[in-house]
This record gives sequence, C-alpha cells and structure tokens, in this order.
Amino acid sequence: MELDIVELSRFQFAMTALYHFLFVPLTLGLSILVAIMETVYVMTNRPIWRQMTKFWGSLFGINFVLGVATGITMEFQFGMNWSYYSHYVGDVFGAPLAMEGMMAFFLEATFVGLFFFGWDKLSKLQHMVVAWLVAIGSNFSALWILIANGWMVNPVGAEFNPQTMRMEMTSFFDVVFNEVAQAKFVHTVSAGYVTAAIFVLGVSSWYMLKGRHLELARRSIAVAASFGLAASLSVVVLGDESGYSASHTQKMKLAAIEAMWETHHAPAPFTLVGIPDQEARETHYAIEIPWAMGLIGTRSLTKEIPGINDLVAEAEQRVRRGITAYDALMEIREDPANASAEARFVFEQNSDDLGYALLLKRYVDDPREATEAQIEMAANDTVPGVFPLFWSFRAMVGLGFSFILLTGYFFWMSSFKGAQYPRWALRLAVLWIPAPWIAAELGWFVAEYGRQPWTVDGMLPTALSVSHLGVTDLLITIAGFVMFYTVLFIVEMSLMVKYIRKGPVQDVAETDEWMDRHQARLSGMTRAPFSPNPAE
Amino acid sequence: MILNELVSYEVLRLLWWALLGVLLIGFALTDGFDMGVGALLPFVAKTDTERRQTINTIGPVWEGNQVWFILGGGAIFAAWPPLYAVSFSGFYLAMFLILAALILRPVAFKYRSKRPDPRWRSTWDWALFIGGFVPALLFGVAVGNVLLGVPFHLTPDLMPMYDGSALGKLFGLLRPFALLAGLVSVAMLLMHGAAWLSLKADGAVRDRARRIGTIAGMVAAVGYALAGLWLAVGIDGYAFTHAVAHDGPSNPLMNSVAREGSWLSAYVDRPWIVAAPLFGFVGIAMAVRGLRAGRDVSTLLWSKLGIFGIVSSVGLTMFPFILPSTVDPNSSLTVWDSSSSHMTLFVMLVGAAFFMPLILAYTAWVYKVLWGKVTQDDVTANGDTLY
Repeated sequence: MELDIVELSRFQFAMTALYHFLFVPLTLGLSILVAIMETVYVMTNRPIWRQMTKFWGSLFGINFVLGVATGITMEFQFGMNWSYYSHYVGDVFGAPLAMEGMMAFFLEATFVGLFFFGWDKLSKLQHMVVAWLVAIGSNFSALWILIANGWMVNPVGAEFNPQTMRMEMTSFFDVVFNEVAQAKFVHTVSAGYVTAAIFVLGVSSWYMLKGRHLELARRSIAVAASFGLAASLSVVVLGDESGYSASHTQKMKLAAIEAMWETHHAPAPFTLVGIPDQEARETHYAIEIPWAMGLIGTRSLTKEIPGINDLVAEAEQRVRRGITAYDALMEIREDPANASAEARFVFEQNSDDLGYALLLKRYVDDPREATEAQIEMAANDTVPGVFPLFWSFRAMVGLGFSFILLTGYFFWMSSFKGAQYPRWALRLAVLWIPAPWIAAELGWFVAEYGRQPWTVDGMLPTALSVSHLGVTDLLITIAGFVMFYTVLFIVEMSLMVKYIRKGPVQDVAETDEWMDRHQARLSGMTRAPFSPNPAE
Repeated sequence: MILNELVSYEVLRLLWWALLGVLLIGFALTDGFDMGVGALLPFVAKTDTERRQTINTIGPVWEGNQVWFILGGGAIFAAWPPLYAVSFSGFYLAMFLILAALILRPVAFKYRSKRPDPRWRSTWDWALFIGGFVPALLFGVAVGNVLLGVPFHLTPDLMPMYDGSALGKLFGLLRPFALLAGLVSVAMLLMHGAAWLSLKADGAVRDRARRIGTIAGMVAAVGYALAGLWLAVGIDGYAFTHAVAHDGPSNPLMNSVAREGSWLSAYVDRPWIVAAPLFGFVGIAMAVRGLRAGRDVSTLLWSKLGIFGIVSSVGLTMFPFILPSTVDPNSSLTVWDSSSSHMTLFVMLVGAAFFMPLILAYTAWVYKVLWGKVTQDDVTANGDTLY
C-alpha cells in the first residue's frame, strides 16, 4: 500500500515534469532568438526582420502559454504529493522557488503580454526592450529552478535541526553558488537554445523545400545555425562540466551511468556500449575506450573513480552510522531540554548519515530495530537502475553531437557557400526537429532517475517524501492529468502546425515601400533626407 | 555578528505573515478581476466581437496577474513550509480542480481566437468561464474550511496525516459555512470583474457588466455579513492554552492549543482590526454605487478596497492561527510555530524588499501603457495581434 503511493507519486511527478519540459526549452531559446531578431530590426529598420520577429514570436506565444500553464502544476505539486519532502526541506528548497517568482517569473509574465499587445503602444526601442525582458525573465527563471534542483543533488548550506525535525538553511550563498546548480543551469539553458535553434532551422528548411517565404527562411537559418552551433558546443562542454562535478558530488550516479561495477585503477576506461546486468553486477559485451572515463571524470590520470560495489559497501557503513545518529536524535527529541551532552555530541558526529538510516524506514518503522539483512537491502537500494541510465545517457550524448554536426553544417553553408542548401540537408533538418526534445527529456531522466533512491541526496529517501494520500486520490489525479494533458498537447500541436503552414503575415505594402526607398538611396536617384523611422 | 539577527525572529514572523497577506490580497486584487471577467464572459458578451472585446480587456495583463498566485505558493513554501505541506496535500483533490481550472484558463485565452470555427470558440469561452468561476469558488470554500478547522494531525516526525477517503475529503470540504464563504468569494470577484469591465469596455458589454456587478456586490455584502454572524454564534475559535514564545522553534507540537471561545474575541483583544470589515463593507457599498452611477476609475478602486477589507479580515480575525486542526488542536499551525528558520525568513525578506517595489513599479508602467478602453472597433481592426 505504502509503496504504491510512492510509485504513483513518482509516476505523476515524472509525467507532469517531463510534460512541462516539452515547452520550457523552446521558451528559453526562442525568447532569445526573437529578441535577437527584433534587435536586428531596430538596428537595420528592415521590415523583413520585423516580420520574422512577429512570426517566430507568434509560435513562441503558442508554446509559452503551455509552459506557463503546466508550470503551475509544478509549483504546487510539491505540497500536494510530496508533503513530507516539503516539510523536511522547505526551509531551503522553498527559497529559490520564491526568488524565482519575484525575480524572474513576474518579469517574463508581466512583459509577455506587452510583447504581443504592445506593437502599437510602444516605440520600437521600448518594444525591443520588452522582448529582452521576457527573454531575461525566462532564463533567470531557469536559474532559480536549477538552483533548487541542484540542491537536491548536492545539498550544501543546510543542516538538520532536531527541534523542528527538518533541514534548515545555514548559508544562502552556498545554496545559490552550488557548483552543481551552476553547471546544470548553463547546460540546461544551452539545451534550450539548441532546441529553439533546431526548431527554427527545421521550420525554415521546410519553407525552403516548399519554396515559400524564402527571404524569411534564409535569414532565419543564418541566425539559427550560428546561435545553434554556439549553443550545441556549449551544451556538450557544459555537460562535461556536469560530469566533472558529478565525480565528487554524485559518485553513485556517475558510476551507474557508466555501469562501473568495480573501482578501476586510474585512469578508468570509458564503456562506449555494452549491456549492463544489475543482478550479476557486470556489463556484457562492453566496448571500452581506455583512459577516457578517468580524464572526463577527474581531469587527471591518477585519481580513481569509485565503482558501484565499493560505493555500496560505503553506503552500508553510512547506514550503520545513520542508525547511531537516529538513536541519539530520538533521545534528544524525547526531552529536548535535558538531553545528555553525549547524545548531542553523538548526533552531531553522525548527523550527516541520518538520511541513510531513513532508507530503512521502507522495511522497518524504527531503524534501530533493523536486522543485518535489512541494512544490506538498504545499502543495495542506493544503486539506481543502471541499464536505463547507461543507455539514456548515451542516447543523449549521441544526439548532442548530432546537433553540433547539423548546426555546424548549416553555419558553414550559410556563411561561406552563399546559403545554397542541398535538399537532403533541408530534409534532414526538418526530420531532426523532435531530436532536441528527446535529448532534453533523456537528460532529465538521467538527472532525476539517477538520483534515486533519494529526493535529496543522502538526506531524504524518496519513499519517505510523499504525502499520505490514498491510492484513489492519486489514480484520480493521474487519470485527470493524462486526459487533460493529452488534449492540450493535441490542441497545441494542431495550432503550431496551422501557424507554421500559414506562415508569416506579409506586410506587402510596408516591404515594397521600404524596398523603394532602399533602392532609391542606393542608386542615389533621389536624395531623400535620412529618416530614422522609414515606413512606419 | 550574524546578519540575519538584525531583525528578531518574532518580527520576521510577523512581517512574513503580513507579506503572505499582501501576496494573497495582491492575487485577489489583480487576478481577481481576471477570474471575475472569465466568470462573467458568457453573460456580459453575446456576440463573438463582444466576447473578443471582453477577453481583450484582460488579454495583456492576466499572465502577470496570475504570478501573484504562483508567488503566493512559492512564498508559502519558503516562509511557511508546514502550511505548504499540510494545506495543499490536505485539500488534494480541491487543489487539483483549481490547478486544472487555472491551466485551462491561459490556454483558452491564447488559443480561443486562433480559429474562426464558432464551436471551437464557444468551447474555449466555457473554458474561460470555468477558469474564472471554479477557482473563485474553491478559494472561498478553502478559506471557509480554514476558519472551521481542517481534519489533519502531525506525527512526532511532523509528517502531516489526514482522515477520510479521497472523495470523502473532497466533499467533506463542502460544509454549509464553507459554501457561504465560496459564495462571498464568487460574488466579490464578479463585482470586481464588473468594475474592471466598466473601466475597460464600452457599449453593451459595459452595461451588462454594470448590472450584474451591482447585484453581485450586494450579494457579497449580505453574504459577508451572514458569515460574520455565523462566526459569532455557530463556530468555535482556537486559542493557546499557555503563554507562547514568539521566537520558539517551528514545531507546532511543542505548543498546546484548545478549541474554545470565538474567533470574534479577536475584536475585543485588538479593537483596531474592526477597520478591516469596515473597509469591506464601505468598499463594496461604494463600488455598487459607482457601478450604478457609471463611474469607472473610482469604482475599481472602491472594489479593491472592499476586497482588501474582506480578505485581510480573515487573517486578522484568526491571528495568530493560520491553519487550525479539528482532530488534534495541538497540531494547529500558527504564526509562532510554523515558519521557516530565522535565516531563511531574513534572506527572503531582503529579496522581497528589493524585488517587490520593482515588481509594483513595472507592473504599474505596463498598466499605464495599456491605459484606455478596448472597443469593438479595436478588436475587429486588429484581428491578428489581439486575442
């Protein structure tokens, strides 16, 4: 019964979070691309750039609204489904979420209305500033969310308070400048930029193939390819940064992703492909690249990366120390005023491992009564599912390199080959539109599934984090979300396709007038006085 | 010296209790008229152009307004974690309905006018109605339940537990007093939406809105008075059974609480809080007068005052209680034992002191840019840029 709630809560969270992240990456990237296009418009005054801003802006709007709508679920789901988590770490985890609201979400949501409704009410410069504020707001939003998420992986700047039975913040600075959070932030927004770039690239390629809106498509490809190349290089490099920080903050996740069962003498090899077998704790048919893992993970030839078996043995020791901490905690809690100095000392010495004792709560109500077999089970629970992590990670990385190749090729062709693209490349670009989304979802899967069995690494097990709801509660909301989200997805996709098919609104008169003036200025036939706002 | 000790724990708790009020009132004042307009939509606007006119009065601003709700959630999480944990999981299915309605709303705004098909549009119009009406009702019902007390208790590990089955808990919320509170909430926000439409729309939409808003305002005032009477005679309050430390650890189980006396004894202990219900009544009365007379700007301001009075009166009446428990009064959450740590409250206060004025400033600027009525000509002339 208990387990069912945990599994159902996990399923619902995973589903709603992955769904939310179908819209977020495009928002992150497209907001910036649109702001860039509008900046070019303001600088050059060319109507085509205004058309591009409006066209990509309208697609941005269709996507943005679902990102916002599904984000509402995320903000409240912690309290609804993860109430013990909310109590246990809300003192730390809630702060970045509230900061996100104040610093970022208010900014983007307040100005996004003006972006769409303000074309006639604002000057060109003001409107461009509004576009940038939306983009900056969206990206700051990601920063604070990833600070919160990074803390779950690397819970710094906090300690357990026996009086309130929860983690409390000791340093906001440490929480904000958590190295895991910073690496995650740049990696995630870069992934968003890649997504938007490939989206613009793919849609524009489709126009090229159809011979429509060629002016818009050609310029859009140029912007998207250069932006996308920079972003996909960044996403891979910063992914590597995540790997490096994982080697000292998330050893078990790293070992599971690499299916490293045994600690290898340094520098460890990188298993390119293979079939991990969790039961037997070995990887069949492994193809290895010598030294590579050691170099990526430790950036040295001499440091070892611990394997799963050693980490499990270490976890077992931590479970035992956790039981000691739990015992002292119970004594302190029994009578806080008169608890012995010894109990306080013992608790302080072992409080870092308290979470490991809580792993036992799955098997026994009071961790102090755990049997040897249960301690061993708890230690084994610290290993996440290796096979899905191993392969999701490899698929994500493979896609990441494909984005470098694709955007690199288009960048080369647009910059040096006169923007003449072969049809096979255009077709490939259309075909590749869904790929960044797949990569991003795989990335989240690796990050979150790889953190199991913890919600907060080493501190709070997932199984303990849930709300005490009934199975019926969860079945009702899961069914509700599945139906509701499916309908919204269909509506969203149909509108996207409709607006892509329809193409940009062509301000024919405006464009013609501008072209006439431009030609006139070039040929010098009329010496019209320079006007900063032609064709307005 | 540690910086966060510049402000004492007690003062921080008071400030964050007030800030929670500011956020909820901010939500009611801004997104309140969006919900009101949504719920009024089928009744004030008959033709498609009228509906587009109505929707476009709130088109550019609802998104920013809604953030008051999101930020309210974030602030509860950061400043009152036990409240966040207990209330949202305790009101589980009701919260799900609110979320569903609030998810429907943005989508309906954005997608409604993207296709000309009348059936498509009327479907989304009903979605907008649900997105306005359902949250307005359920927020009121939730407030009513908070005043009545909620069936939860905390284990020694401070894990929140609830009694009852899934649907039992949902329908258990629909107690008569809570339904009355829901009615007040709906009526109040309908009035507010009407005041907004009176300011931003013209023609038939404005006339209908003024008529409905007048009635809604009167219903809200009568319902609010009835609820006060009910609190006086039919509902027990809560009180600590001992002097409570204002800077103690955030663990509700360390204090003991009894269900005794009346909530309204607060008006004896702190007579000045009578200003809140007074604002409520005066604000509504003046808003109703303004709606009848066709005054625009002042009506909206009076309506805001009325809502400010009503919402703040709930908080002031219950102080220091935030979420009382019916099954185990000792588990009740109060200002003095359900907050974040001293450090977190301080850090968040610094953030709020910096960002809240900034938010108010740019929000005011956006409203200034968008100043002026939305007419039917506007929506027919700008088919592509408006909703």
